[in-house]
Amino acid sequence: MKPEELKYAKTHEWVHVDGSKEHSDEADATATVGISAFAVEALTDLVFLELPRVGQQVQPGESLGEVESVKAVSDIYSPVAGEVLEVNQELPESLEWLGEDPYGRGWIARVRLAKDASLEHLMDHAAYSKMCAEEEH
Amino acid sequence: MRNKHATQLIFELSRAGRSAVSLPTADVPQQPVDQLIPERFLARTAPQLPEVSEPEIVRHYANLSTLNMSVDTHFYPLGSCTMKYNPKRNERLASIAGVVDVHPYQSESSLQGLLRIFFELQQMLEEISGLDAVSLQPAAGAHGELTALMVAAAYFREIGDNRTKVLSPDSAHGTNPASARMCGFDTVTVKSTSDGFVDRDDLISKLDESVAVLMITNPNTLGLFERGIAEIADEVHSRGGLIYLDGANMNAILGITRPGDFGADMMHFNPHKTFSGPHGGGGPGAGPIAVAEKLTPYLPVPRVARLETEEGYTYRLDWGQPRSIGRVRSFFGNCGVLVRAYCYLLTHGPDGLRSVSENAVLNANYLLSRVKHFLPVPQGDRCMHEFVASAAQLKSDTGISAMDMAKRLLDYGFHAPTVYFPLTVREAVMVEPTETESKEMLDKFAETLFRVTEEAADLLHDAPHTTLISRPDEVTAARKPKLRWQPSAED
Amino acid sequence: MSYIYNTPEDQQAMLEAIGCGSIEELFAAVPQSLRLQRPLQLPEAMGELQLTDHLAELAAQNRSPADTVCFLGAGSYDHFIPAVVDYVGSRGEFYTSYTPYQPEVSQGNLQAMFEYQTMVCELTAMDVSNQSLYDGGSATVEGVLMSLDVTRRRGRVLVAESVHPEFRQIVETYLAPLETEVVSIPCPSGVIDQRALADELSDDTACLLLQHPNFFGCLEEVHQIVEVVHAAGALIVSVVDPISLGLLERPGDYGADIVVGEGQSLGTPMQYGGPYLGLMACRDSFVRRLPGRIAGQTVDRRGNRCWVLTLQTREQHIRRDKATSNICSNQGLFALRASVYLAAMGPEGMRKVAELCLQKTAYARQQIIESDRLEVLFDRPVFKEFVIRDRENAVEELLADAERAGIFAGVPLGRWYPDLADCFLFAVTERRTRRQIDRFLQFVSEHTTSGVTHAK
Repeated sequence: MKPEELKYAKTHEWVHVDGSKEHSDEADATATVGISAFAVEALTDLVFLELPRVGQQVQPGESLGEVESVKAVSDIYSPVAGEVLEVNQELPESLEWLGEDPYGRGWIARVRLAKDASLEHLMDHAAYSKMCAEEEH
Repeated sequence: MRNKHATQLIFELSRAGRSAVSLPTADVPQQPVDQLIPERFLARTAPQLPEVSEPEIVRHYANLSTLNMSVDTHFYPLGSCTMKYNPKRNERLASIAGVVDVHPYQSESSLQGLLRIFFELQQMLEEISGLDAVSLQPAAGAHGELTALMVAAAYFREIGDNRTKVLSPDSAHGTNPASARMCGFDTVTVKSTSDGFVDRDDLISKLDESVAVLMITNPNTLGLFERGIAEIADEVHSRGGLIYLDGANMNAILGITRPGDFGADMMHFNPHKTFSGPHGGGGPGAGPIAVAEKLTPYLPVPRVARLETEEGYTYRLDWGQPRSIGRVRSFFGNCGVLVRAYCYLLTHGPDGLRSVSENAVLNANYLLSRVKHFLPVPQGDRCMHEFVASAAQLKSDTGISAMDMAKRLLDYGFHAPTVYFPLTVREAVMVEPTETESKEMLDKFAETLFRVTEEAADLLHDAPHTTLISRPDEVTAARKPKLRWQPSAED
Repeated sequence: MSYIYNTPEDQQAMLEAIGCGSIEELFAAVPQSLRLQRPLQLPEAMGELQLTDHLAELAAQNRSPADTVCFLGAGSYDHFIPAVVDYVGSRGEFYTSYTPYQPEVSQGNLQAMFEYQTMVCELTAMDVSNQSLYDGGSATVEGVLMSLDVTRRRGRVLVAESVHPEFRQIVETYLAPLETEVVSIPCPSGVIDQRALADELSDDTACLLLQHPNFFGCLEEVHQIVEVVHAAGALIVSVVDPISLGLLERPGDYGADIVVGEGQSLGTPMQYGGPYLGLMACRDSFVRRLPGRIAGQTVDRRGNRCWVLTLQTREQHIRRDKATSNICSNQGLFALRASVYLAAMGPEGMRKVAELCLQKTAYARQQIIESDRLEVLFDRPVFKEFVIRDRENAVEELLADAERAGIFAGVPLGRWYPDLADCFLFAVTERRTRRQIDRFLQFVSEHTTSGVTHAK
């Protein structure tokens, strides 16, 4: 997946709506979720990842697991509403993927979008990059 | 000199057949074990404990001990931990027969001396806190916090007031929100102002009828006395809430001001900090709590009561509190630590105790006055018993971080201050010298700290250079945790 | 003042450097209205000599196993402590240090902790141990809380009535503000009633808390119990007596998921109930839910093997309100003493101590079975303590008379078990001798109402 084609949350998660539709009118539209390269870099030296549970219902802003470095823990917040369909089982054992390929092998979960799920609150790549540039200062 | 042989893992020193004990044979008629205990309960394999001789044990641990810094051997200005001298008389007195060997279920009549110690300690802590009743049961400061919050929860339950939130400042110890959560409360963080005090506007905006308790540390973790504490307490009380005082920093105010007098309804003491109990490499501590009268019925039981009889006083355990929250630990409390605190208080008396705080504050201010010229102390010119400097500017100018400084100090024979706490100060360096250090030691420390700030950043990034090990790889330790020795491991 | 260096001259010089006229001025931040305007009302200061005399006088008003025969147990035991344990525990480099935040100057503590963790794992046959909790009771409740977290079941926890009554009270105290229900499993014959257990297990049950050997000294049918509890998807939190593990099957081997216990028996003096040593160990897969400090092995920048505090993100100083527990300090000094004790004993010593307890307990039990006044209550295998019923139903007087005769004869059970008001718990450690046991029996026969034949 190309970072330019993704949507981003303020809390540094990315979303890719699978299939062609941008808006999830269909009952079984799904989205893939991960954390951005910027976030991975800021967290430094990740040591542990806790995945969400398959079947878990989430609302935007609710916890989708946690990533830990040696001396910090960060929640991963769900950028969308829906149900967790699948998680990247191999990722906790291969944390280096988060750094090497955050938008590909470093995906975290696939979510079946809720009927009324909205992506309105998310940023496009340009807006997100601008936010990150500001955060660095 | 380090003895590398003796500091191998004790399992690596082990040789089959060695032992440090020789136990007698039983003086009663012996029966086969499996006739006393059916086979299904018996172990089929023995635990692989080390097999070593007594001299090996002594040499192993004596050598290991020399790899530690300790209060007995070094200046240990670890902020927030009050690493003061641990008086040797207290160690001896806590170890005498009739104190150290007493069983917790002995009859009260066989414990009159010990119960008197605890009764008097309760009284002394009531006086020092300015509060009405004390429970000696909690085993540590954090345990005391949790216990007091349970007391508060029971109080609100009983008066039919459903309160769900506990507030604590962003500069608070992590134990505050963690204790609140364990007690089922929602935790809400109150901001600090840039000069280090509770942000009153933020506090007021979060204060409502759902707030059970404001947990506050005073002096706070920046070493500042919360000037507006009485007004803050009024705001909380006027909405029906309670004030909890985290007593971690009592070393600054003994005999100067009392939590009960500045609005606290409950608090814990850290006898292992304030009253010189040794820290034991991580513990034991103790965490007695003091509370206001309206909360007294909810305290854990038993407490010690005194009865006046014709022959004088007798002491007994008081279990008669139907509204008590119950128990938070087994038996009476961390008695060994409490006896040391009792000895400490008797050694000092009222004037001595005040002088402890005066000298703790003097030492901290003196060190502050020497350090602030080269390491900014964002929250001002004066402090109580500790201060928090910031290496943020130094880091951006030279690349030297708080961690680098901490590590380099080890090379010069000083334990490092607390670094990166409180979370509200960037590159925090938290220094608590305590009253049991000399001016010469403080001078030496300040000079060394200055020298460190002048050193090459690259040298410091790899510090310490003189210790046995340097900069352990914590990432690997956390990623692939190796938490026990394995016989097969190749190292 | 005993521990303060500052002379008046030092103080003056320091105040001048600060730029402050007096010590009083340093406290300017404390509003006058909040100041204590009088001295604290505390006893006047005592010098070391006076204090020593004072404590000696107070200690002389106590009795202890030093001048009495002690059959008291119930969670705190008069086991022998080798001198080498006191020696190591009294080294200032250990007892005056603190939590090893700076690993470079704490390798002694960290390595000792790593060794302790290994020994606890060996003793319990579990994968991981922490560096200790406050005591057996608080370790027990932490084990129960951990089971809620691990299973994500919050409905109920089952607690056997044969678990130490104070440990059960602690569990109830901690869970009172939370939503989880505490359900007691009856033990009418001294061990868990398995039918009642099966009835109470449900799909929202997080764990069964059991003790083995249990509070009455009896061995629980752990294999059967573990099977039925696991089948219901719940965990076993097992309270152990570490001394028993020299002989008994280790909890990891019978399927316990979380092991907790009072480690006092391992080289900690009884000191009226604390400080003690909370043991806690668990399966590998629960490690990130384990409360308390943990030491881990790693290498330093030069490649040397060394130890650090690890997995700290579980803890309150990082995770604050989401931490696995609020615990901050531990019982490092007593964990150290336990390590020295276990190293001194070794596998063979641990087996021998356990066997001495077992043989002496069996002897005492047999003598009591033959006595006129007393009877043994539960006909189950026991390890080092057991319940005695007084046929004359006068436990209080019997124990008081025994104390006057120099014998602490047991812990009365009525305060916790109203049905057992005529019973007391009797413990026999390796320190008790045949002569002492016989002396107790002699005492009992002298205190048996003559002419009354008790039904046996």
